[in-house]
Amino acid sequence: MKTRGVAQSNLIFNAVILIGAAGVIILLLAIFLTLLVHSIPSLKAFGISFFFGKEWDPVNMKFGALPFLIGTLITSLLALLISIPISMSISILLGEYLKEGMFSSLLRNLTELLAGIPSVIYGFWGLFVLVPIVREFEALIGIPPVGVGIFTASLILAIMIIPYSSSLGREVIELVPSDIKEAAYSLGATRYEVIRYVILPYARSGIFAGILLSLGRALGETMAVTMLIGNSNKIPESIFSPGNTMASVIANEFTEATEKLHLSSLVEIGLFLLIITTIIGLIGRYIIKRISLKETEHA
Amino acid sequence: MPKVRSEKSRIIKDKIFKIVIFLLATITIIPLFLILYYIVQKGLKVVSPEFLLSLPKPPGEEGGGILNALIGTGIIISLASIISIPPGIAAGIYMAERKESKLSALARLCVEVLQSIPSIVVGIVAYIWIVMPMQSFSALSGGIALGIIMFPVVVRTTEETMKFIPGTLKEAALALGVPYYKAILKVVLPASLSGILTGVLIGIARIAGETAPLLFTAFGSPHLELNLFKPMSALSLFIFNYATSPYVEWHELAWGASFILVSMVLVINIIARVIAKRWKTRF
Amino acid sequence: MENEILRTENLKAYYGNQEILKGITISFPQNRVTAVMGPSGCGKTTFIRCLNRMHELSPNARVEGKVFLHGEDIYAIDPMLVRRKIGMVFQRPNPFPTMSIYDNVIAGYKLNGIKLPKNEMDRIVEESLKKAALWDEVKNHLHKLGTFLSGGQQQRLCIARALAMNPDVLLLDEPTSALDPIATSRIEELMIELKKTVTVILVTHNIAQAGRVSDYAAFLYLGELVEFGPTRTMFTTPKDRRTEEFLTGKFG
Repeated sequence: MKTRGVAQSNLIFNAVILIGAAGVIILLLAIFLTLLVHSIPSLKAFGISFFFGKEWDPVNMKFGALPFLIGTLITSLLALLISIPISMSISILLGEYLKEGMFSSLLRNLTELLAGIPSVIYGFWGLFVLVPIVREFEALIGIPPVGVGIFTASLILAIMIIPYSSSLGREVIELVPSDIKEAAYSLGATRYEVIRYVILPYARSGIFAGILLSLGRALGETMAVTMLIGNSNKIPESIFSPGNTMASVIANEFTEATEKLHLSSLVEIGLFLLIITTIIGLIGRYIIKRISLKETEHA
Repeated sequence: MPKVRSEKSRIIKDKIFKIVIFLLATITIIPLFLILYYIVQKGLKVVSPEFLLSLPKPPGEEGGGILNALIGTGIIISLASIISIPPGIAAGIYMAERKESKLSALARLCVEVLQSIPSIVVGIVAYIWIVMPMQSFSALSGGIALGIIMFPVVVRTTEETMKFIPGTLKEAALALGVPYYKAILKVVLPASLSGILTGVLIGIARIAGETAPLLFTAFGSPHLELNLFKPMSALSLFIFNYATSPYVEWHELAWGASFILVSMVLVINIIARVIAKRWKTRF
Repeated sequence: MENEILRTENLKAYYGNQEILKGITISFPQNRVTAVMGPSGCGKTTFIRCLNRMHELSPNARVEGKVFLHGEDIYAIDPMLVRRKIGMVFQRPNPFPTMSIYDNVIAGYKLNGIKLPKNEMDRIVEESLKKAALWDEVKNHLHKLGTFLSGGQQQRLCIARALAMNPDVLLLDEPTSALDPIATSRIEELMIELKKTVTVILVTHNIAQAGRVSDYAAFLYLGELVEFGPTRTMFTTPKDRRTEEFLTGKFG
């Protein structure tokens, strides 16, 4: 009799963990389907032209997402452009020049600490520190000193992704086997030459993956961008114009969207954002996985 | 590089490169320090026992605090933990125990995708699932949104931790005639506890500051709200609402709340690290 | 002939389609130490894992043939009950890392949900640790974690854990392969002492160890039982050429 109880408990246990694992898959499917179903009104009304429409006008019920696609693209690329040289420098510094010591642990701890600061606080800080600086700068170069806009949002995004991308870059650089570095040094190469001709080529695909993952982060980042981008639904004319990203327009308008079509259009933007970040994230992770697999085989 | 370059230019190039690297890395420290400086300097001016223990006041009035936001964050995080930890551990056990199964491989992929979903999108989903049918913003929907974000973190750390538990441990239990489920629950799981706890704490630190998914779920409330089916405040929402308000006194309160939130996240992260280091199960 | 306690009949074991054991028939005498020897890969570990039904836990594993404990077919009994009657000690010491020394010894009862009064548990812990020759070293810190002990002490703790269930047979799978020479000699002395109360089956690739501690020896080669008999006889006058080559060190 006792054995039967044990068999039953085993069965229950196996069922529970199976449901847990299946739950992971079901949750993702449910998220995707929910977004898809609620995008249907907008998909029906606008079809593919949703992504080419230049006008987003909730009053007249015209919804074209192009301004947000452009806004997202410019903000994210600009943020990458600003942050890549810096985070690469930090990665090389921590992964090659200063593996230990005061400065390195200061930099390491500081970046880790900043990785944990919520986005909303970056936005808050940006409003009170970055915006006045940008305003001064804008006055200096002779454009209307607004302070908020795509450029400011890109700056804060760059600051926010530096901790993330530099720690990824460091990991990739540390994966370069020391024997090939030593081989280069033994041939009389300088440190710059070793980095330029041995380490960076070897770590190339990993660095690319790191950039992709950082891009994925930047695309989905919401709060800080929403607070600093100026929230305009027009296609930006310059990098100093106000704009909106896909994430920031959702944050701004979702609670006000009383009309079904408006809400559905916002959900469709969310669905599109989900698909893009998923693809970018999967490619990035796939590359990194392949590298670390190669490393374990190498070892 | 067959071309032989002059020794001198090589060395100069090496020096310049080093200087540029150090310079760029040092430049970054400036904004990073500035952020911390602002949070600490502006925050400490406001933080006091009264700030923590009183409710916000209308604009124009002196004082006021963040008690409702503090309690709201606690309630929403607890909800998220209750929703995500038990199923997350169950899924993690499955994936560690049936490493080779197709379901595990698929689940692993889904965990990765779940982790990369922008948090605002999770907010939309929680809105559609809970707020729309219940016709009201609620702490519950906020907890569910944050639970969805935390869930893959718990699954992943459970799986990774359990994978490193030596298989002989399970065998030792089975060899004593212990049934499989007990061998896992009473021997393997306790040995993984510190790892799982670390993962849970990292997950909590991650959701503690999330704002975007709460904008249209928990929504925020100026009152001390304990009803899970009503809109509720949270520290992150409080910071957002007060930071973007036009009142200078409210900005001060937002700095105070920022200081508290950052300290909270920091303390949780430190505890997680200490647990990972000190409590590590020896084999 | 001695009293038989455990017997296998044409025991075959598989991993997928690969036949690891090719029909082994052997009879283990009670209260003796029997050494199962053979070069690595000969199937000796698989063999003893069939004796307490641990083999079937591996994916794709399959067993054919019969194993009798006291004349009863263990493959007809619940595996959990079989494992309580036939204890096992593994190659590497594996005390439960979250349990104290005391809880490790009593783990078989606790995990199986067998409730005992406190004084009864105390008695079992003390007796088992004494049998495992560990009592004097740990009696003052029974509530420390088992993993703080040295490797040799950990292995004796694992032996105590197995003995606490009062098994009829104790399977030892190369129990000293992860230990230093001094710890090894203590475990060897212990094995000789243990046979007063329990039948010991020892898997080892160490010929000298088999010679030192065993009464009977079995030589397995490529999944077959080549030779079985009293250790002394086998070591002095092996019947099979392969046994002789193994004993004289001609197989790696």
